[in-house]
Amino acid sequence: MAQQLTAPASEPLVRMEHIDKTFNAGSVNEVVLFQDFNLQIARGSFVTVVGSNGSGKTTILNLLCGSLPVDSGSIYMNHRDITKMKEYERSRFVGRVFQDPAAGTCPSLTILENMALADKKGGHFLLQPGVERKRTAYYQEQLSQLHMGLEDKLGIQVGSLSGGQRQALALLIATMTPIELLILDEHTAALDPRSSETVMQITRHVVEEKKITALMVTHNLKFAADYGDRLIMMHRGQMVLDMVGAEKDNLEIRSLTDKFNEISIEDGN
Amino acid sequence: MDIFLGLLQVILREGFIYGIMAVGVYITYKVLDFPDLTVDGSFPLGMCTAAALISAGVNPWLACLVSFAAGAAAGAVTGLLHVKLHITDLLSGILVMTALYSVNMVITMDRGVVPFYDLPTIFNSGLGGALHTTLDQWGWVLMALIVCMVVKLLVDLYLKTRSGLLLRASGSNAQFVISQGKNPGTMKILGLMIGNGLTALSGCVLAQQKESADIASGTGMVVMSLAAVIIGEAVLGRVKWMKPTLTAIIGMILYRTCLTAAMQMGMDTNYLKMLMSIIFVAALVASRAASGRGKHNGTAVDRTRI
Ligand SMILES: Nc1ncnc2c1ncn2[C@@H]1O[C@H](COP(=O)(O)OP(=O)(O)OP(=O)(O)O)[C@@H](O)[C@H]1O
Ligand SMILES: [Mg+2]
Repeated sequence: MAQQLTAPASEPLVRMEHIDKTFNAGSVNEVVLFQDFNLQIARGSFVTVVGSNGSGKTTILNLLCGSLPVDSGSIYMNHRDITKMKEYERSRFVGRVFQDPAAGTCPSLTILENMALADKKGGHFLLQPGVERKRTAYYQEQLSQLHMGLEDKLGIQVGSLSGGQRQALALLIATMTPIELLILDEHTAALDPRSSETVMQITRHVVEEKKITALMVTHNLKFAADYGDRLIMMHRGQMVLDMVGAEKDNLEIRSLTDKFNEISIEDGN
Repeated sequence: MDIFLGLLQVILREGFIYGIMAVGVYITYKVLDFPDLTVDGSFPLGMCTAAALISAGVNPWLACLVSFAAGAAAGAVTGLLHVKLHITDLLSGILVMTALYSVNMVITMDRGVVPFYDLPTIFNSGLGGALHTTLDQWGWVLMALIVCMVVKLLVDLYLKTRSGLLLRASGSNAQFVISQGKNPGTMKILGLMIGNGLTALSGCVLAQQKESADIASGTGMVVMSLAAVIIGEAVLGRVKWMKPTLTAIIGMILYRTCLTAAMQMGMDTNYLKMLMSIIFVAALVASRAASGRGKHNGTAVDRTRI
């Protein structure tokens, strides 16, 4: 009986099973990236992913989001087989923040309009008023948590915000409606050190407050070690390191750097 | 003086009528960022539909609605070719524009010009008729103004709805639309339907005013309406309270003024279409110079993509 109650909770949220992925198959540019790749992500975990250039980090995210199709294998999320689901259909339960600050928000709309659209994600977009005035107080309260003063700038176009401000806003937008998985692809890489620190703190705050399962790719080994409860290192389409819980907590940044250098030397970088 | 007033009437009347098309092209070109060539076919489609329906005794307002629907259908085909069959935006438009030539021939039963004099139109019956009786030529100008403004206001209202916001988003960041769980392809098709619906409506209203439809009237419509949008934005883009729909309409009036001026100076009508292109290029170059001075936040817009 007790087993039955706990079983669903320990069931992983995401299962990538026997994934194969080859780019430009049959041409001179052929890249065989994944062969029988498997990854499970536990519900409520915060996974950081590091690895050399071209090791397949972004591709994992693209396969999860549906921006790229798998060649073979299956992807399950929350018991559903989402392998064939379109990217925009998956968006209802997968939120994503990109490396490019321009990707996660709409530059020609105002902050208010961006949030109003995100607020209705997955709903019907018909002839209702675009912005519900009575929701603005809620938006302002959300924005004030960023401590960037954006709550007083609801009417300005997002295109005129700084990269850091846009990434912070993109985080809010991606998590505005309840989602099952948050995907972050080097979302601080385009920011200066201070803004990236700020955005990382906001990330942690949002993930903890909303209890979201998160998968974060980063090139910053310090962030990878400091944040999250599981760390994966990728190399040529394979997981070469996978540390969870206490093992990760005890991880020294030194040994992580050593391991990283080891695989990089293999690549000749 | 009379000649001058007469010209002013023609410029304003036609400016407002073609202005409806400029609003449509504003939606495809500016909001959706889609260079839509279907317009050269959907404009005469609206004219021919009006001629066929009114000759058959259909209510002129109903003819307007049907023309809009016909144009929207043409836009939908362009959108489907582009979104579902992955044909480039320019080519999709060219394909539908070409096919529409046959459609228009069928509608007019192989006639190049279809007059329908002395049948009820929105200009000589009901409100339009009353205006014409009291104000003569200015009545037609007023009628054109009313139709144009109603269209403009409806479009402004639409762009503030949830669907309208998403349409605007799909033109500037398709990934954002995907992230909101919607298919940006669907929004493209919707935008093309609105744009070509308005273009056909513009053709329908012009046909009713002239009481005649011309199957060859489509040539140059893309160029003319793009020029209107660009001129309007260059001249009035910085006036805060003016919506881009209004600047497109005013741009159209300015463009028609240039054309009329050239004709008055004795230019041969055979050169009209060439002049349309020349003014377009001039407007484009001038607007680039203007925006080069004004804009600092370089949101990457590829200006070679027209
Ligand atoms: N759309 C694509 N078409 C062709 N090849 C691709 C495509 N996407 C990825 N690849 C190839 O797959 C490999 C993995 O790329 P991926 O972007 O996943 O690496 P990454 O780990 O994110 O690297 P980086 O750290 O540079 O972002 C690379 O060799 C890349 O060239
Ligand atoms: Mg990457």
